Amino acid sequence: MDLSLIIMQLLSGIALGAVLVITALGLTIVFGMLGVVNFAHGALFMIGAYAGLYLASLTGSFWWGLLLAPILIGAFGMLIELVLIRRLYGRSIDDPLLLTFGLSYILVEGVRIVFGSDGIPFPTPPQLIGVLDLGIGFFPRYRLFVIALVAVVLLALWLTLEKTRVGLIVRAGARDPTIMQVLGVDIGRVWLAIFGLGVGLAALGGVLAGPMRSVNPEMGSLVLAEAFVVTVIGGLGSIVGAVLAGLMVGISISLVALFAPEMATIVMFALMAVVLLIRPQGLFGVRGRTA
Amino acid sequence: MTHPSSGEALAKPAPGGLGRVLDHRVLLSIAVLALLPWLLPSKALAVNVLIYGVVVIGYNLLFGYTGLLSFGQAAFFGAGAYFTGIAIGRYGVPWFAAVAIAVLLSTCLAAVIGIISTRTRGIYFSMVTLALAQLVYYVALQASSFTGGENGLRGFTVDRISLFGLQVNFLDPVNKYYVLMALAALAMWFQSRILNSPFGAVIEAIRENEQRARACGYDVERSKLVVFMLSGAISSLGGCMLALHLSIVPLDLLHYQTSGMIVMMVLLGGARSFFGPFVGAASFLILEDVISLWTPHWQIFVGAIFVLFVLFLPKGIWGTLLDTLGIGKARR
Repeated sequence: MDLSLIIMQLLSGIALGAVLVITALGLTIVFGMLGVVNFAHGALFMIGAYAGLYLASLTGSFWWGLLLAPILIGAFGMLIELVLIRRLYGRSIDDPLLLTFGLSYILVEGVRIVFGSDGIPFPTPPQLIGVLDLGIGFFPRYRLFVIALVAVVLLALWLTLEKTRVGLIVRAGARDPTIMQVLGVDIGRVWLAIFGLGVGLAALGGVLAGPMRSVNPEMGSLVLAEAFVVTVIGGLGSIVGAVLAGLMVGISISLVALFAPEMATIVMFALMAVVLLIRPQGLFGVRGRTA
Repeated sequence: MTHPSSGEALAKPAPGGLGRVLDHRVLLSIAVLALLPWLLPSKALAVNVLIYGVVVIGYNLLFGYTGLLSFGQAAFFGAGAYFTGIAIGRYGVPWFAAVAIAVLLSTCLAAVIGIISTRTRGIYFSMVTLALAQLVYYVALQASSFTGGENGLRGFTVDRISLFGLQVNFLDPVNKYYVLMALAALAMWFQSRILNSPFGAVIEAIRENEQRARACGYDVERSKLVVFMLSGAISSLGGCMLALHLSIVPLDLLHYQTSGMIVMMVLLGGARSFFGPFVGAASFLILEDVISLWTPHWQIFVGAIFVLFVLFLPKGIWGTLLDTLGIGKARR
C-alpha cells in the first residue's frame, strides 16, 4: 500500500474526527456541568444542518448559514432547557435522558413535516470547491477548512474556559454547584448558557458535516451513536478526552475503510468495547461517577 | 408473592379484595391476554401486543426492577428473531427447537454485552448499551449472507406446526394468537418466579441503594450481569414470536429506535409493575394505529405524549392506576 495514500486517508480521518470532536464536545460539556446526557443531541445536529442549509439559501451565502445556524439552534436549546429540562433537576438522572429521547422523536418528525423525508444535497461553498495539492496528493479544500475551523473553535473554547472569569465560574460550577450558589452565582443562568452552548456545538457540527454527508432527517441517529462512542472512550465530562477520542475514532474509521470498508462503522464500537474492558471510566474519565 | 405467608399477613393490615386478587398475577394476566383478541379491533394488533408485551416484560426486569436504563434491548429482541429465522430457514430445525436455540444464543449475546456494559454505571450504562446494540445492528447489516442485510431475513415460513403430535394451522390468526400466548405465559411465569425468588429481592435492593446492597454482602456486579442475561433471554423470546408471526425479520428490529420504542412502552405502561408492560405495549400500538389513520407523522404525537408522561406521569398508566387504587408494592 502506498504511503502517501495512507497519509491522505489519515487527513480524511482527522477531518471526519474534527466534526465528531465538535459534536461530542457539546455532549460532554453539558454532562460535565449539568449531569445531563442529551439524547436529542443527534437530532439537534441534524436540525443544525437543515438550519445551515436553509439560512445559506436564504442569504445566498454559506458563511451566514455557518454563523447563524449554531446561534439560532443554540438559542432554541436554551428554550428547551428553560421549558423542559429545568423541571427535572433533582429527579432521577434517567429522567432528562428519557425526556430528550422523546424530544428527538418530535424534532425528527418535525423536520420531516417541514422539509420532507428525502435527503437534500448541501452545496459546498464556492470558495472551498476543489482540491489542494499537498505535494503528496490532492486533498479537498473543504475538509482542510473544517480541520482549521474546528481547531480555532477548540482554541477559543479552551481560552475562554481557562483564562476568563466566565470560564472560572463554569469550571467551579462543574465542581460544586452548591458552593457557587452560596457565593452568589446564579447557577441556573450558568446551566442555561452551557446547555445552549452544547446544543450550539451540535448545530455547528451539523452545518460542517452538511457538505460531507447528505442532509436527511435520519442523519442524527448515526451521529448520536458516534458521539456516544467518542464520549465513552474519552471519558464523559472530559474535554481533552472528547478531543483525543474524536480524532482517534475519525482516524480509525478512515484507515479501516482503506483496508476493509465493510468494517469501517464496526471498528469504532469495537474500539469502545476494548477501552471499556481496560478502563471502564474512559481514557480521561474520573472514576466514581460513571464506572 | 402468590401466597403471602401468615407472618406477612399479620404484620400488615389485611389487603383489600382487589389486592388479594392481584396475588395471582400470572393467572390474571393470562386471563386478560386470552380475551385480548376479542377486545381489540384486529387480531394482528392483538398479536403485536403479545409480542411487544413479552419484549417489554423482559426489559422491565432490567429497567423497572433493577433500575438499569438500557438503550440496547433491541439487540436481544432482534437476535431472538434472527436466530429463529436462520435456524428454521437455513438449517430446517423444528420451530420449538429453533425457539429454544434462539433464546439460548441470545442469552449468550446478552452475556457478552452484559460483561462489558455492567462495568459502567448510571448514564454511562445507557450510552454503552446503545452503542453495543448498534454494533450488533451493523454486524447484521454486513453479514448479509446470513442475515439478508438491508432487506432483512426472508425465506422461512411457518405455516403449520405440530403440537404434541397435533397439526395446527399456524396461518389462522386465532390459532397463531393462542400458540404465541402460550409462549407469553411461559415468559410471565418465569418473570414471576424470578421476582419472587431471593434474587428478585437482591435486584430490587440494588435499585434502591447499590452501596447498601454491596455492604450487605451481595455481589452487585454479578447480580447485574445475571439480570441482564435473564432480561435479554425473555426479550429474545419476544423476538422468536415475531419471527414465527411475520416469517420475515426486518433489519430495523435491531436499530436503537426499536430499543427506544421498548423504553417508551415500559414507561407508558408503568415500569416496575407486572402487567404494566402489556398495558404499555397496547397503548403504544393502539396510539400508533389510531394516529397513523389520519397522519403519516404519528411519531411527533407519540414523542410529545412520551415527553408529557416523563414530566407528569412517570409511573405510567398501570402504575398510576395501581397507586390510585392503593394497591401495595408487594403485589404488583
